[in-house]
Amino acid sequence: MRIHLRIWRQDGPDAPGRLEIFTAESVSPDMSFLEMLDVVNEGLIRKGQEPIAFDSDCREGICGACGFMINGRPHGPQPRTTVCQLHMRQFDDGDTVTLEPWRAGAFPVVKDLVVDRGAFDRIIQSGGYTSVNVGGAPDGNAVPIAKEAAEQAFDAAQCIGCGACVAACKNASAALFTSAKISHLAELPQGQVERRSRVVAMVNRMDDEGFGSCSNEGECEAVCPKGISLRNIATMNREFWAAVILKS
Amino acid sequence: MTLDARTPSGPLADKWDRHRFEAKLVNPANRRRHTVIVVGTGLAGASAASSLGELGYKVLAFCIHDSARRAHSIAAQGGINAAKNYQNDGDSIQRLFYDTIKGGDYRAREANVYRLAQLSVNIIDQCVAQGVPFAREYGGQLDNRSFGGAQVSRTFYARGQTGQQLLLGAYQSMMRQVERRTVDLITQREMLDLVVVDGRARGIICRNLVTGELERYVADAVCLATGGYGTAYYLSTNAVNSNVTAAWRAYKRGALFANPCFTQIHPTCIPVSGEHQSKLTLMSESLRNDGRVWVPKTPGDRRRPSDIPEAERDYYLERKYPSFGNLVPRDVASRNAKAVCDEKRGVGESGLAVYLDFRDAIERLGQDVIAARYGNLFDMYRKITDENPYKEPMRMYPAIHYTMGGLWVDYNLMSNVPGLHVLGEANFSDHGANRLGASALMQGLADGYFVIPYTLAHYIASTALPKVTAEHDAFGQAEAAVQDRLTRILTVRGSKTPRELHRELGRLLWDEVGMSRNDAGLKRALARIPQLREEFWQNVSVPGEATNLNKNLEYAGRVADYLEFAELLALDALQRTESCGGHFREESQTPEGEAQRDDANFSYAAAWEFTGVGRTPTLHKEPLTFEYVKPSQRSYK
Repeated sequence: MRIHLRIWRQDGPDAPGRLEIFTAESVSPDMSFLEMLDVVNEGLIRKGQEPIAFDSDCREGICGACGFMINGRPHGPQPRTTVCQLHMRQFDDGDTVTLEPWRAGAFPVVKDLVVDRGAFDRIIQSGGYTSVNVGGAPDGNAVPIAKEAAEQAFDAAQCIGCGACVAACKNASAALFTSAKISHLAELPQGQVERRSRVVAMVNRMDDEGFGSCSNEGECEAVCPKGISLRNIATMNREFWAAVILKS
Repeated sequence: MTLDARTPSGPLADKWDRHRFEAKLVNPANRRRHTVIVVGTGLAGASAASSLGELGYKVLAFCIHDSARRAHSIAAQGGINAAKNYQNDGDSIQRLFYDTIKGGDYRAREANVYRLAQLSVNIIDQCVAQGVPFAREYGGQLDNRSFGGAQVSRTFYARGQTGQQLLLGAYQSMMRQVERRTVDLITQREMLDLVVVDGRARGIICRNLVTGELERYVADAVCLATGGYGTAYYLSTNAVNSNVTAAWRAYKRGALFANPCFTQIHPTCIPVSGEHQSKLTLMSESLRNDGRVWVPKTPGDRRRPSDIPEAERDYYLERKYPSFGNLVPRDVASRNAKAVCDEKRGVGESGLAVYLDFRDAIERLGQDVIAARYGNLFDMYRKITDENPYKEPMRMYPAIHYTMGGLWVDYNLMSNVPGLHVLGEANFSDHGANRLGASALMQGLADGYFVIPYTLAHYIASTALPKVTAEHDAFGQAEAAVQDRLTRILTVRGSKTPRELHRELGRLLWDEVGMSRNDAGLKRALARIPQLREEFWQNVSVPGEATNLNKNLEYAGRVADYLEFAELLALDALQRTESCGGHFREESQTPEGEAQRDDANFSYAAAWEFTGVGRTPTLHKEPLTFEYVKPSQRSYK
């Protein structure tokens, strides 16, 4: 296959960007999207030109490092799939594909398709944990956890922190990301002690980082490669207001 | 140089307790005066940083990603072992110890492995308290499954994403300490040198990957938790940024590198599909709980799997190893897959694959149950291969997955360079010549949560550490050396990409230092590697500058280190003329084709000392003594 690419190039956070045109030749349908870009980059390097910068690491869809907009959709056309797991069989010979970085004020562009998602770390550090020091934990079976609760907690805990939800949202809201961690811990007995302080701290930090508000349109859920449910946002809102009201 | 493992005296079961009691302590009020560097934020690094932070040390934690949560531990799938015996099926600390020593083909230290088995039970408790959503039974109790090399069910899991959930637990604990300002998390940094002052590890040189600046960090001790070197083979199940650079630079500063030839080849990975391939994808060993491995009985049988009748299938693992069946250890399963492919009985287009078939399990349990157990793995397989594993058997082939070798450490996890501690996959300590499934997560977390807080305190409390600043000559010299190397890479401006050279190295290592090795092949590799290295320095192409984000420059630096490291890997494989665990020397096999150990001559850890690039390193041997387990020919029949 031959694929035409329009790719956002930007030298640094403050530099102006532009779309550049590339062509990927002899693309195999069994290639992943990133392997196709690897081949394009190999060609650029051989010509002494700077390759297109993009993040990726595990290439199994679990580390959350990769991700950019493909034709306006985070991670591209295949539902529940990170761009490293997207394969070229999803495209047709002669297609033109436009690649842009995540666009969000809280995710500054580092270079080309690479953005800085450190804001997610700062949301987690504000309260996305249980405060247990190493050493004092009771036996793992001391507190039974209903299978359904463990499963629901797991569903929320699957978030890979890729940032697609923010990129898809017209408000650049981090509500899906933040709510997934809040739901995960609120579902488990171990998360109860800090349940109220956690939700308040994390929601405040999310706002401080410059993410927008949630207006319940659900683009985030639609593009989430792990299928994190919009219900988590409802849970977060409920938890938040319960915490605020009970405190006052 | 004599290698002192500093193994405590006394009965095996009391060693760790005794050692902890004898270890010196650092007063809580004094801890904040001590800076500790932790490089890497995978399971070992994040757990070390969080537990040291909780204790009150001033921790500097470094990672190469934009977030600490992206370390490659996140991709571990199947589970984590612990001797909880919740299943009442005969497990105990003693049995986990025994299984691990035997699984490692008697090439690990008894005292380390026993401690690991002891600590395994605390890890599960700690992770549950953190909110790790382990799989549960309907009564609310923790569920277990079986893994290779064991006849008990001791593996705790969170669907097929156990590594992710454990890493997020450790990462969140560390982020809590970041908020409390005991841990300073410094992201997007690559460690490019270790700084040794007056014989002690006192700091590191990092490159800020975004701005390109070189930075100096000073500390009282350094912990490396930078993972393994599987990516030397180019194609592996490791993440594409995983690398040996930090460990290699420490080696070049005097730390010994032990047993590099002990590499693990995982039997169940998705086969290679073409030249473009950038990595291989593992399918968890847990699949062998329900999947049956087979190939056609007749060589060259190209029929579709559904057209091959039962009588013409060879379930070769069940046939050869009736007591362990499909759950033989990884090295045994991998070698058998290679053997049937060598007999031209391999399947798929390339003939380099075997079937892993769920037909019988789906009939017995229903598709729902199989989907609940392995759904995400089946989805991943389908995305990559465009085949439906609920309908057709998976095609699997072995791939490089884990490296048992690493920097030599003593019982305290300290290398021979005082102050330099090495944790997790980056060290060589606990898995001998072959790691059992679900034991890597156990080791990484044991090292970080439960070992290093004690042993590092002892080092700090018992050592005079005069004040050192970043202006010290040793820092200046190390930084200059790093700068010089970066400049050299950028000035070649040749015509070959780092990836081309890496791919060539990888193919050479896979062919000659892969699943089976022999004298002639290893010598061919040793002759070829220096040529490739020369070609790199004459002809590599790295456009751009060192003053901003330049991923190709980062990659080129890692490839340059692999081109040095590969020689040590091949040399170690050449000197060890016995077969053991993941290291199979064709010259040393039993009449049935199993690995034949040579305890009389090779019951030691091979620890190599750097003497210069291209020069033969010096071999130091740490003899292994077995007081509690009698080494025997491993049998899984």
